[in-house]
Amino acid sequence: MTSGQEIRMWTPNTLVLCCAILVGGMVAVWRLFSGLGAVTNLNDFYPWGFWLGFDVLGGVAMAAGGFIIAAAIYLFNWKKYKPIGRPAILTAFLGYLMAVAALFLDIGHPFRLWHPSVMWQVHSIMWVVAIHVILYTTTLAIESSPMLLERFGKSKALAAVNKIMIGAVVFGVMLSTLHQSSLGAVFLIAPAKMSPLWFSWFLPYMFLISAIAMGLCMVSTEAMLSGRAFNHHVDIEIYRGLARGTMITLSIYLALKLVFLVWAGVGLAFDGSLEGNMYLLEILLGVVIPLGLLAQERFRREMRSIMAVNIMVIVGVLVNRLNVCLFSMQEYNSAQGTSYFPSFSEFLVTLGVVSLGVFLFKMAAKHLPLFAKAG
Amino acid sequence: MAINRRDFLKATSGGALLLAAGASVAAAESTPLPPGAVGILYDATLCIGCKSCMVNCKKFNSIEEGGALYTPGREIPYERANAEGPWDEVTNLSDKSLCLISAYKNGTGLQRGEEIDGYSFVKNHCMHCINPACVSVCPVAALVKDSVSGAVTYKKERCIGCRYCQVACPFGIPKFEWASNNPRIVKCQLCSHRYATGGYSACCEYCPTGASIFGPVKELREEAKRRLALKFGSSYDYPTQTVGSTHRMPKTVSRYLDRVYGLSEAGGTQYLLLAGVPFDRLGFNPRITDQEYPDLTWAYIKKVPVLIAALLAAGAISYQVTRNKDGDGGKPGGKS
Repeated sequence: MTSGQEIRMWTPNTLVLCCAILVGGMVAVWRLFSGLGAVTNLNDFYPWGFWLGFDVLGGVAMAAGGFIIAAAIYLFNWKKYKPIGRPAILTAFLGYLMAVAALFLDIGHPFRLWHPSVMWQVHSIMWVVAIHVILYTTTLAIESSPMLLERFGKSKALAAVNKIMIGAVVFGVMLSTLHQSSLGAVFLIAPAKMSPLWFSWFLPYMFLISAIAMGLCMVSTEAMLSGRAFNHHVDIEIYRGLARGTMITLSIYLALKLVFLVWAGVGLAFDGSLEGNMYLLEILLGVVIPLGLLAQERFRREMRSIMAVNIMVIVGVLVNRLNVCLFSMQEYNSAQGTSYFPSFSEFLVTLGVVSLGVFLFKMAAKHLPLFAKAG
Repeated sequence: MAINRRDFLKATSGGALLLAAGASVAAAESTPLPPGAVGILYDATLCIGCKSCMVNCKKFNSIEEGGALYTPGREIPYERANAEGPWDEVTNLSDKSLCLISAYKNGTGLQRGEEIDGYSFVKNHCMHCINPACVSVCPVAALVKDSVSGAVTYKKERCIGCRYCQVACPFGIPKFEWASNNPRIVKCQLCSHRYATGGYSACCEYCPTGASIFGPVKELREEAKRRLALKFGSSYDYPTQTVGSTHRMPKTVSRYLDRVYGLSEAGGTQYLLLAGVPFDRLGFNPRITDQEYPDLTWAYIKKVPVLIAALLAAGAISYQVTRNKDGDGGKPGGKS
């Protein structure tokens, strides 16, 4: 068992993180007292903005690594990935907590966040999403709990959790798969507003597939970064396996993307409009270039190129989420004479939320058996 | 040899049957009108742009007894450019305006109701869809469609402020109180608070020309179709305020576009419009189809229970099949 006690607490980076958390927190408090209009640039034509597109849609996609690795270890019995199991699941847990934090601030009535749990409305995909978040965050807490229980020597509780672990993983994989696709399904109602570059009846499954690619890249990146920061070593075969997974997923994703592009009209992507350019950015950065690299074996085996691919895919899928949430409705909204660009405060809150996640991860690395025994 | 219509139908009926069989699977049953559905018919050819409807909408929705704009301690939320300004200068539907009259003008703007070199007014507010997207997407049922009158109303105490209704509404109707830290969604509720006590929509009651009339949707549809059948230049006694009104005003019939907007759009709405200028020129999104929008998300949601079962089964089976195997790259004699 690796304990992280040798990790230094107050590095300059950590101090910067804490400042970002503090500033973000202060803006968040301001938002609670003064409402959304005072803090954000959201308006009636862009009711969903940066917090929803980046923090919530992007954050949840980033968390996909948790269910993929949990499935690999517990359901497919791929023991090779065991060393990255705990960090992957913890990342997912923190990702969901951050998404919930962002949602809390983004909805008009933060303190009614619990309403969907008692006011059922099964026709609403948003309700389905809300229930998924509640159940999956709970499941991730259970999946992450062995670390805490080991740390504090609660062996009875640990045994109990281990007993239900497989059940929790099966349940969690189901929830997460559905949650990723349901987030895409949220947009199925808006064909009259969205650009056909993104809108199709298949959107839920595009969300799922891109989330899998992003999740794999997140897990890989996060293992690399934390390996460097916290000085633990992860077998290179793990990175290669993840890169292979990314390649397969991206291939399927690209093929589907192209099918739907032809369906929508290839010209739309090349008409020089903002939507077209954002589409090209997303698909080149997040799919085509990474696939081009991964297709060559030497790049697929090389740490530095894997890292580059990871970053590109992560950014590309984040751009995709912003595209679906914001840029796909650009034409409709600009016809109404409105525009939206996130306010400085929106960026500050997002920075604070992300910093909080990184900080909590570091605390877990320092105080909990995060990088657990292999095999 | 000319093929007449009957022969053509005969020849293609076999194929048509096949097509119909396929189509009946694809097209969901269209939602019927609520039994006591009431709504509004707006006839742009009668509208003089006086904005009496807007002012009275504001006034009667600011009353404490159920007004959609009522806020304790607030005056009627007129939007004047400056405090002394005499008019309500509304440019958009907003959290302060449920009803908007706007003008279309082209070229010289002289010809009433003409697309080219003409002008027309148009009145925007909630369409009260027969199967509303906003109601279907609301995660807490804060937006509801009255099962009798069909009015789409809002329960502010349930609303979490997620604004999905704003994204979902194809007509861009629901507005949000951005400036408030206790925000509501604001939209026309068909003056349900007045209807409940025997009244009807203020915009119709205070329309001086009969451009907006209130009534049962079925009667409004008949009235709309009757007007489309009128001869251009003939005279017609237009009812004012309500469709069954005894007070009627004779007027020369203008040229109508052969379309009742709201008859089939988004699956049909309880607000119907007639105009001389095409509706996309009047600001209606041309991408709105006859699709009942809630069907789009429901097609996904109805699969969810099956997906849950399938995914749980797949996970459990996968675990059982692989539990005793050595994983790839795993250490020999690992967990069994």
